[in-house]
Amino acid sequence: MSGIATFLTRRRGGASWHFTDVLAWIWLVAGLLLMFGPVIWLGLSSFKTRAALSEFPPTLLPYETAMVHVEGFDEPLPLYRVMMEDGEEHLLVQVRRIGTVAQMADPEAPEEIIRVPLTARQPVREIKLATENYSTPFKRYNFLRYFYNSVFVTVVATIITLIFNSMAAFALSKYQFKGRTAVLAIILATLMVPLSVIIIPLFSVINGLNLFNSLWGVILPTVATPTGVFLLRQYMLTIPDELLEAARMDHASEWKIYWRIVLPLAMPAVAVLAIFSVMWRWNDFLWPLIVLSDQELYTLQVGLNSFQGELNVQWHYVLAMTVVSMLPVVVIFAFLQRFITSGIASTGIK
Amino acid sequence: MSHLELKNVSKSFGPVGVLHHVDIEVKDREFVVFVGPSGCGKSTLLRIIAGLEKATSGDVVLDGEVVNHLAAADRGLAMVFQSYALYPHMSVRQNLSFGLENTKTPRDKIEARVTEIARMLRIEELLERKPRQLSGGQRQRVAIGRAMVRRPGVFLLDEPLSNLDAELRVTMRAELAALHKRLDATMIYVTHDQTEAMTLADRIVVLRDGRVEQIGTPLELYNRPANRFVAGFIGAPHMNFLEGRFAGGEAGAARIELDGGHMLSLHIPARPKGEPITIGVRPHHIETQGGQARIPATVTLVEALGPETIIHAEAEGQPRIVAALAGQRGITSGDTVSLALDERFLHAFDADGRRVAEGEVAEEM
Amino acid sequence: MTVETRQGIGGGHFAGLLLAPVRWAMNLIDRPMSFVQRRFGLGGVAAAFLAPNMLVFGIFVLFPMTLNVAYSFTGGGALFLNNRVFVGTLQYETLLACRDFLDAASCREDRFWRAVGNTGFFVVVQVTALVLVSLATALVLNREMRARGFWRAVFFFPVLLSPVVVALIWKWILQRNGLLNAALLELGFEPVLWLVNRGWAMFWAIFLSIWAHLGFYTLILLAGLQAIPRDLYEAAEMDGAPRWRVLTRITLPLLWPNMVVVILLALIRAVQVFDEVFVLTGGGPGTATLFLVQYIYETGLAQQVRNLGLASAASILMAVVLIVLTLIQLLASAWRERKEQR
Repeated sequence: MSGIATFLTRRRGGASWHFTDVLAWIWLVAGLLLMFGPVIWLGLSSFKTRAALSEFPPTLLPYETAMVHVEGFDEPLPLYRVMMEDGEEHLLVQVRRIGTVAQMADPEAPEEIIRVPLTARQPVREIKLATENYSTPFKRYNFLRYFYNSVFVTVVATIITLIFNSMAAFALSKYQFKGRTAVLAIILATLMVPLSVIIIPLFSVINGLNLFNSLWGVILPTVATPTGVFLLRQYMLTIPDELLEAARMDHASEWKIYWRIVLPLAMPAVAVLAIFSVMWRWNDFLWPLIVLSDQELYTLQVGLNSFQGELNVQWHYVLAMTVVSMLPVVVIFAFLQRFITSGIASTGIK
Repeated sequence: MSHLELKNVSKSFGPVGVLHHVDIEVKDREFVVFVGPSGCGKSTLLRIIAGLEKATSGDVVLDGEVVNHLAAADRGLAMVFQSYALYPHMSVRQNLSFGLENTKTPRDKIEARVTEIARMLRIEELLERKPRQLSGGQRQRVAIGRAMVRRPGVFLLDEPLSNLDAELRVTMRAELAALHKRLDATMIYVTHDQTEAMTLADRIVVLRDGRVEQIGTPLELYNRPANRFVAGFIGAPHMNFLEGRFAGGEAGAARIELDGGHMLSLHIPARPKGEPITIGVRPHHIETQGGQARIPATVTLVEALGPETIIHAEAEGQPRIVAALAGQRGITSGDTVSLALDERFLHAFDADGRRVAEGEVAEEM
Repeated sequence: MTVETRQGIGGGHFAGLLLAPVRWAMNLIDRPMSFVQRRFGLGGVAAAFLAPNMLVFGIFVLFPMTLNVAYSFTGGGALFLNNRVFVGTLQYETLLACRDFLDAASCREDRFWRAVGNTGFFVVVQVTALVLVSLATALVLNREMRARGFWRAVFFFPVLLSPVVVALIWKWILQRNGLLNAALLELGFEPVLWLVNRGWAMFWAIFLSIWAHLGFYTLILLAGLQAIPRDLYEAAEMDGAPRWRVLTRITLPLLWPNMVVVILLALIRAVQVFDEVFVLTGGGPGTATLFLVQYIYETGLAQQVRNLGLASAASILMAVVLIVLTLIQLLASAWRERKEQR
């Protein structure tokens, strides 16, 4: 404890506290609660049973009334702590409930029914993780399919993005040719026109190409990202031309120079783009929502949205699937945090 | 056979001309050095030969065949780059074998060739390392090795020693010379360092501002520089230039009056009295003892190197004269000395910097 | 960056095994590419390298962009342009037909004007708050402290979450029996139906989008702050300048170029607000959180009778705003670069 206290109060040069230090700490702690809190709450809630979720006020941890198997009953029965009239406390199971009176029994001697007023008993609670929240949507609903679709879209779109963008970036950084400036200008210009502005005509293009209601209709419009081309081009400009010339003297074809020399050397930038692309495609919502009409083809995001939009929201499933759909991103972030943040800070892309 | 000819080669980048009507012939197995100050166009010339750059006009002729249209890879040349341009993501072995792989050489042949080269350059134990794990000299060797693998007829070397420290440069210079003898290949070498040029070259091409100033063996250039630029560029320390004018005399024995009033007589045709002339004299041809044409001068700086002593001196009308005196001398800064120029080794240049043809400037032994 | 410090993918047997199919595919492409190189030279090679990207780009970005303009001058229900009726500027007139521009109810296309009004309000409030919060966070994170990486991650990680996830996280907290109402009850207040109340719905829409994107802008500002030379602060300390003067006279002026970029990026994003809010509120209650992109999406694609023309016209109007903002942003970053070079 004292360690934490000294950590919290440690200041540069051991100078005394300034009120801005206090403000800064308030900001950080409030930020921690506000940014992390909701996600923690989501995680905890996703392990609660449907009954526990409907409790109000909610409990912090996923509690559940303990259930006991009793001889003579097929179903497990809920366990209660009952204050008997003699002032003694007993652990009894509830057999059934009639009005304000519960018929209860001793688990050891289930034949004898004891009548107890509802006010005299407290359920015995234990922590229980409702893992069925996670397994059922995969088994009974289409979530396995959604998950597969999302993975397919993300992986294929990212691979195509990396190949196409790096090829274009290579041409734009290492060759002098007529119209290079024009191509650069066109790509730059389209940075201004986000997908949300062209959804209407793009929808008709997709229909015209028979890509409506197909995963390829989700993938193709996203792969020629101008941001990716620019990111890679800037990096490739820093690769010395002498290396390319040496390779040319070494009888390497231009294609070989691209994939044996330039692509490996541009790996840091390619990796940044790969991470961005995975996040973009995994999180895409509006465009898949427009293109995919068949449930079978939904990505995780679209499936999740339609699932939560139903009249009777099954929150226990929604929460668990929300956790599932953010898991890959969280894992990526956990391992590559420094890489991602420095990538964003230096490129200004998200 | 690797015989190379440049015929009337010119190159300009937009309106800026960098090479003007260059004619050079490089014979088979010759070691030719292009030398000149930075920006003289020597590297561009090398890149034109390599095929990395296209000449604006003129021809590159390789073994009697015009190769202007051929891509770099198809000219059968190899190049060592100034920055070495080793592929940073490949091991030394991969660097060496990359070129052979591209020409679809069988695996075992590549293996044998790489091993042979590595042994020749003494880099066998470095084969699995990446370039960044090598020292400057080792990188240099790998770069040369990469050029050697495909047994090219002509080696092009672009300032290959400029990234090494002074000591290593001397060692590598010797190794290069030995390598040239062993490989029996034509080598074209670009440098701005005249010492490298003098020590390595069979013939030197001196370039300035995109023009060939002189082509010749090192000693031809040293003994009979065609102009003031070559005279000043070749030889260390640099040649002294003393300004003066003709003061009469007859053909073959002109009398020259240096600024400051000292008189010299040279075996060159006399010109009209008063016409300006520059006399060039190498520091090693100045003495403070004996000799003719004594010029009193004040010593401003003494560099005692041990085997020789370099003095900087100031004479009337001649602000800076450098003399390299053999042995160790008891001269200190501020002393007055009497400088004697060896008249046998004087060079004369006219107002345009061109050498004034003489009967006989003695060959230095 | 020097050649020596680079490290690409290299040897290693495992990587070699993994790369074998890649190598095979690349060698396959080498043949046609080498043919192009021999036949058309380097210019042809450059074109071949550009072709795939530019083809996709042309079909799915450039062509739709021009198509959008065409659509906005047509009417009817047909999907493809050749079946559509040319109506001139009718769609624009429909959008702009208002008796009183300050009162959406007086407009023919009142949903459009409500979307415009909501988006305008959202942009102003969200961007202001977002920039201020990001600035404060960046200033706090720029202080000397332990575990700065951890704190940065705390504020940053929501940036990576999908809009659907963000919306669901908060929808769960804001629902009738949610955590927030439980907390209110604990403190002795009445529970509130957060997403049923018009004002609160807008508040949470703004809050949510700040929560989700704050980390991104903080990161850019933090990079700007860390680029300010330390010796400036040391000099100010030697001069005995008080902290607030250091902030207003040194930090903020030097951070200003980054601020401009952040403000403009935030503006461009805010105009396009859709995903999170759509999942959170569906635009409701009523039209309280209906924004432009949702209007375009619903008018053009999600309603029984698709009105592609009207939606296109609306998206053109939105594009104009975005293009202006982007141009300003490009100029601003050019300005920043020039300033950095000096």
